[in-house]
This record gives sequence, C-alpha cells and structure tokens, in this order.
Amino acid sequence: MSVLADASSSPPPGLRVSVDLNLCQAYAQCCYAAPRHFRIEGHEALIYDPAPGVQDRADIERARIACPVQAIRVEDPERGP
Amino acid sequence: MIPSSDRAVVVGAGLAALRGAEAMRACGFSGSVTIVGAEPYRPYDRPPLSKHVLTGEIQADATTLPSSLGADVNWRLGSPAVRLDRGAQTLHLADGEALSYDRLHIAAGTRARPWSNPHEGRLDGVFTLRGRDDAAALRAALAARPRRVLVIGGGFIGCEVASLCRHLGLRVTLVEPGPTPLARVLGSTVGALIGAIHGGRGVDLRCGSEVEWLEDAGGRFVRAHLTDGTRIDADVAVIALGAVRNTEWLDGAGLSADPGGVDCDAVGYVLDADGQPDPRIAAAGDVARFPHPLYGGRRVALEHWSQAVAQGIHAGRLLAGAKPEGPYGALPTFWSTQGDVVIKSAGLTEGADALAFTQGEPASGRFIAVYGREGRCIAAVSVDSARWLPAHAEMVATGAPFPPRGAAADRPAKGIAIHAPGFP
Amino acid sequence: MPDATLLNQVKDFANRANPYPVYAKLRENPVSRQDDGTESGTWVASTHATIASLLQDPRVSSETLPPADRPRTGNPLTDLLVKPLKDWMMNRHRVFIFRDPPDHDVLRASVMHQFSRARIQAMRTRSERLVADLLDEKCGAREIDAVDDLAYPLPVTVICELFGVPREDEPKFHGWATQLATALEPDSLSDRKIRDENSRTFDAIGGYMAELIKEKRKHPQDDMLSGLANEATPEGVKMGDYDLIATSILMLVAGHETTVNLITNGLLTLLRHPDQLERLRQDPERAPRLIEELLRYEPPVQFRTRKTLSSIDIAGVTIPEGADLVLLLASGNRDGTVFPDPDRFDPDRARSRHLGFGGSLHYCVGAPLARFEAEAALTALAKRLKAPRLVEDPPPYRSGAALRGPEHLRVAIDGIV
Repeated sequence: MSVLADASSSPPPGLRVSVDLNLCQAYAQCCYAAPRHFRIEGHEALIYDPAPGVQDRADIERARIACPVQAIRVEDPERGP
Repeated sequence: MIPSSDRAVVVGAGLAALRGAEAMRACGFSGSVTIVGAEPYRPYDRPPLSKHVLTGEIQADATTLPSSLGADVNWRLGSPAVRLDRGAQTLHLADGEALSYDRLHIAAGTRARPWSNPHEGRLDGVFTLRGRDDAAALRAALAARPRRVLVIGGGFIGCEVASLCRHLGLRVTLVEPGPTPLARVLGSTVGALIGAIHGGRGVDLRCGSEVEWLEDAGGRFVRAHLTDGTRIDADVAVIALGAVRNTEWLDGAGLSADPGGVDCDAVGYVLDADGQPDPRIAAAGDVARFPHPLYGGRRVALEHWSQAVAQGIHAGRLLAGAKPEGPYGALPTFWSTQGDVVIKSAGLTEGADALAFTQGEPASGRFIAVYGREGRCIAAVSVDSARWLPAHAEMVATGAPFPPRGAAADRPAKGIAIHAPGFP
Repeated sequence: MPDATLLNQVKDFANRANPYPVYAKLRENPVSRQDDGTESGTWVASTHATIASLLQDPRVSSETLPPADRPRTGNPLTDLLVKPLKDWMMNRHRVFIFRDPPDHDVLRASVMHQFSRARIQAMRTRSERLVADLLDEKCGAREIDAVDDLAYPLPVTVICELFGVPREDEPKFHGWATQLATALEPDSLSDRKIRDENSRTFDAIGGYMAELIKEKRKHPQDDMLSGLANEATPEGVKMGDYDLIATSILMLVAGHETTVNLITNGLLTLLRHPDQLERLRQDPERAPRLIEELLRYEPPVQFRTRKTLSSIDIAGVTIPEGADLVLLLASGNRDGTVFPDPDRFDPDRARSRHLGFGGSLHYCVGAPLARFEAEAALTALAKRLKAPRLVEDPPPYRSGAALRGPEHLRVAIDGIV
C-alpha cells in the first residue's frame, strides 16, 4: 500500500511562501514589510521564512504585494493561493 | 473540451511536477490527477535545503511548496514509479500498484550522485544532499559542531555547503579536481574569482585535487585520502558530485531515454525510440532533454529551478490540450546563494570562446561576466549585481554582438578586455 | 514646431489634472523623438516594456544635470576664484539620484544602511500616531484641506524626525524643498533663472545642513543624520561632508515633495471611487493592495529623465548617443498590454509590476516609508471622515509635471469620528 495523503505527508498548517530568486533583485521591500520573515544578507542574498504562521498574514501579504518584480508566491490555507 | 473521465498521472512530486499539475488544472483539465512521488512528502522547495536548512534557521519540513492544487488530487507518495507500459497506458509503482493514464507528465527529477565506493558512501558522517531527509540529516551533523567538514566537489551545491559551514563557524575543506570551483559551468576565469571569495571567507580550497578514498574507523568516516597522498581529517564528508537523472524506470518503455534524460521534441512531447512524439506524454524539469531553440537546437537537460517551473507549466498546458505557442525555449536562468554572495546566470555558457567583464569590478567581488561565442552573447553571469543581469539576459536572448559595444554606466574604466573563459 | 509636441503637452499645465490621454497618444509610438529645438531631441519612452528596459540598461545614465554654473555675483574675486571651485565641488558631489555607479551605489548603500528595518517599523507606528493627532486637530471641522491638514505635514514630520531635524526648523524647509524639487522638471535643466535659484537654495539649505551635521557629530542622537555622520557601513564606507550634505538634502526634499502626492492622489482617487473607500473602511487590510494600485494609477512621480551614453536600438527606433530621455513611468503604468483595462482603478489586480517607484538601481529609497505613511493616512481617513465629498473636482494642481499632485484637496465632511 502506498503512502496516501495522510497526516505525515500533509504540510503543517500555516502559510506557504516561496520566492523566485531568479527574479529577486534585492529591492528588500519584503524585508521592510515583514521584517520577521524576510531579510537580506550581504548585498543581495534573500533569506525568507517559507512557513510563516497565519497570525502574520497581513505582513506577508504586504511583502508579496510590495515586491517590485512580483517574485513572492504565498499559499494561504484559509484563503487559497 | 477534455472529457472528465481522462486520467492524468504525474511521475515525480517536485517543483516541475507540481507546476505541471497546476497548469493542467488552470487550463481547465477536469479529469483525475494523480501525483506519484518516491519520497513520502508533498512537493517541497529544494534551494533552501543547501542553504538555511543547514544553519537550522529553516526546518526541512517547512519547505513544502505553495500550491493552487487544493484537495482535488490523488497523492501516491512514498513509492516510486518502476515501470511504464505504454501499450497498456499503465504506470507501475514499486509497491505493486498500477495506475492507468490518458496523459502522463514525466517530472521524475534526479537524485544525488553517490560516492563511487558504496561501502565508503554508507559510513557514518558521509552525506549526500538532494532531498529533505538528506538536508535534515546533514543539519543534525553540522549542529554537532564537527571539527572539520570535507566537501567533495566544487559545483554549486558544494560551494553552497562550504560557504554555509563557514557561516556556522566550522572548518571546511573543499576538494575539487578542476582548476577552480564551478569551472565546469562558469569556466575557470570566473571560477577563480568565486574561489577567491570563498578562500577569503576561510574555505580551505583544494583545487586540482581528488579524493581517492574515505577512511573507515569502526563504521565512521574519519579522514579522506587524496590521490596525491594528502590526508584530510574530518568528521563529516559531503558528497557533492552532481546528480543522476531518474530514467531507469523507463527501461523497456520504448521511449528515447538514457541516463542523460528523456528526449522531448521541440514542443515538449516525449519521443519514442523511433523519434516519434507520444502525444500522451510530456516531460519537464531536470529529467527532460529537449532541443533548445536559442542554442541551435542543441539537446539540453537543465537542472534549474526556473526551468522546472517554466517547463512544468508548459508541459501541463500541453497535456491539458492547450495549443502550444511554439517550441519551448525559455531562457535558462539559475541562481546560487553561497553564504551571503549571490551568483545568477542567464543563458548557457557551454561552448563559450570568450569572456568580458562588462559591469562592476571583478576584484571587488561584484560584477557581470558576459560569455561570447563566435561574436554573439550566449550567457551572462552576475555576482552580487542582480540589477544589471536583466539587460544582459536580454542581450543573450537576442544574440547581441559580443563583445557588447558602446559606452555604459559602471563599465570598468579600462574598457572591455576580452578573456578566455577557461573551460576545460 | 516644438510647442506642439506631445512632450510639451505633458508639461502643459492645462493637462495637469488629467495627463493620461496625452500619455495614451504617446504610447502609439513606444519610443518617440520629441522636437525640443536641439539636434538630438528628447526621446520619450511611454510603454511599460520600453521604460522597464531603459531603466535597467547600462547604456542609460542618470547623470542628466548640466555642469554646475552658479550665478555670478558681480564680485570679480568670487566669480573668478570661488565660483569655479564651487562649481567643481557641485559637479563632484551631486545627489545620488543624478549619479551613476560606482559612486551612486556607495552613497545609496550608506543611506540604506541607516534606513534600517527597525527605523522604518518605528516610523510606521509613529505615522499612525501622527495621523491620529492631525485628524484630532480638525475635530468639529466641516471641511478639511487634505494637503495642508494631513498629506503635507505627515511626511514632513516623519522625514524630519527620521533625520533628526529639529522641529522648530522645519518650516524653513517648506520653501527650500519646493524650490529644489523643480530639479526634477525637465525645463529646469535649461532655464537659467530656475538653475540660479536652485543654486542659491542649495547654498541655503546646505549651510543649514552643515551646521546640523556638526551638531550631530558633537552630540550624536538616534537619527539617520547622526548615523550617516558618525558611522561607517559594513563595507567601511563613510560619506565625506559634501556628499553627506547633498544626500541629506535629497532625502529631506524627497520626504517633502513625493509622499504628499501619494496620499493626496490616494484620497482623491478614493473619493472618486466611493465603493473602494467604503471597502477600505470596512477592511483596513485592503490598504496595501490599494496603495500599490495607486502607485500604478496615479504615481506621485510621473516621469524621470535620463541620458544615453551610447546609441540604443529599441522598439524599432535608434536613440542616438547623448540624447535626453524621458521615462514616462505613469504612462507605462497605463499600458494595456501589461495592465488589462488600464484606466480602471482596481486594487485587486494580480501581480502588478508597476513603475510607480521607478526601477533597477534607482528604485525609490523611501518606498517602504511612503507605503507605511500612505497606509496610515488612508486607512485613518477612510475610518474617520464622515460622509467625505470632494468640494472641487478636479482640484487645483501644483505646477510640477514630473512631481504631480493637487495643491489643495478640499473635502467637505459631516465631521471626524
């Protein structure tokens, strides 16, 4: 029996974030919008939290919208992608 | 309109598989979608695995990818595909299950190339890095503060891991048979600059060296012996020798597939052994080898994140019945975050006969290198200069003359000097 | 004849309230040469693709200012000895929006280092407080001027506090900032009178800043100017005094002259789209997307100028070397090939790559601050103004075509809650 979509293979609850780092040009707008979840190291290395809690939804949304190259993708379990 | 009884099966549960399945749904495909994955996990993002998962800032299981798929998907996770029967339109899984398909999306991806000696490769302290479990295991080993980490292979993963080790304050030695790190992809001219950056941050670089064997002390890796007789004591060895494409399950399927990938036509359909496209099957991502229109139709299989996304979407649309707009040919792009240094690339450097630094200052560690072939720009590489890259990507996409002509802001004062790219 | 060019129609004050039909005409040719009486002409990029491409093209320079040529005083000693020296200094220490890398990058990095996330977050909270106070002052009023009562004082107070300019000195900046903002209008580059006045203003504000910097060195405080004057960046860069003066002038002027338009254009747009105003009132979390759409729909900076360092083939034309460029950001934002139904104000657009903050190396430094200030202002206005109505539509506009926004925005209300 193959492993079906059980609890172990389902993603933990919360938001899902991924950033297309090909597009990212380190404008750092996400870092200002959601400083707890995005930061730049060095000149342009973006480090981000791929699984922020739903309580930070508003800031993550700010970050997504503010990205000048629209590189941020968010999935919100309660609101859809 | 595609009848809703159609069954789509996706082989692979990575980025190309996920984006392909999403694209099918976005195109109105209303039949069943089954995604088959060898690992027991929903699709996750790999780039963080060789970066901040290793520092412990990001948990390996936090990398699950955002998706628009929702609940309307059958997941078959934890059991890889082992055989494809095209005549019966059936995919066989390792656990014995057989899945019938009307449309098949091949996005089986790659796995880490193992160390050549299987016994040595299984020693405690020896790691490869490809999947989520690999990253979690290596993270645990690094968190135990090994006295030294040995990285075998100076490609992108090797450089990323080595720089992360320095970030963690660990001693690290990187052994690379080539003249510089990244020489195969970027050439030794740019590779030497990257090497200097890592050397400057404390990575012990051993280029032109090769590991002959890994010493076993009671089942634990304790040191590596180089071919020149040098010994390197280390608690952890990371095998970073590239990837192997997952094509064995296609043996006997009558498709044009080998360890270099599964062949697609220009549109994206998979070719059978006679070179004819099978309109029920498309491929995408690391495993798909296709003729790239930007490079004279040269067949390439690209292990790039952006390729997985763009080609995955392309294949999904194709299988959903959307008319292809033309040959698939997205400009290849990738990035690599090495510690706090970002390397980005547009185009393919293979076959370059010349190199020019067009922006920034190589010695400063921030620059753009443009690769030329027969008087045309074929690739551009940015080191911490991402905002200059799009203009250069455009030059690559349009095959602009090399070297780039005319004056430009921030062009090195000495003008454009032409260098040998330094490919082996 | 030059007067009839579309670019002159853009500059024409008669089109200030609604320049968008002129932009639409310009977009018929993505890049077009506009006769300006010179041999090379001025080249206007009006579509999203051409603007985005030129913004990141290394052959395009931001060093558009003509060589400094300060007004003569009539005093031979000054004119022959001091003036050339001062002109030379001016040329060497331009503000970084008018400079190319590598100098630009160094100066900008110093500013960004001080423009820390913690500072901006603090100003976010501070903006909310300031907005509340400014609106409290108008309690009981039946009409407000959104410019004088809120949109101007908010960003001015924020930038002064951020930089550590004493509150009592702030009124001096009003006139200085308005004057220096003319440097972004294309005609100021050639108009002798404007240039002379700008030189004098720069001296005045520069003198003030030099004194303030001395003070910040003696008694450093937790503000950006103290930081810039006393701390190096992680790369070990510390600005020289002239660059520091120029940079702080730039930041203060930008703080005075741009966000005011974002907030005012924002309220104007919301009053013209009462459904959106109501939705914002009910759901303040809509503010970020609304503000992003405002930056597309009515950007405070409508265009920027550049120069070509080499000839550039683009969109079927060849822009010659040394040509003046106008990148019509606000027109690119109305490009229907990128933004479906572009003249519709729609905060729910997906993936908007608007050009409201420019792009590439010169992307607006103050963007995060502007977003937070606008969010604070617009959410409070939506929540607290009772039955707001425009008194006049269109409102009277300020003179600038590049920095475009209403001079006053009179809003009749039934009160402030």
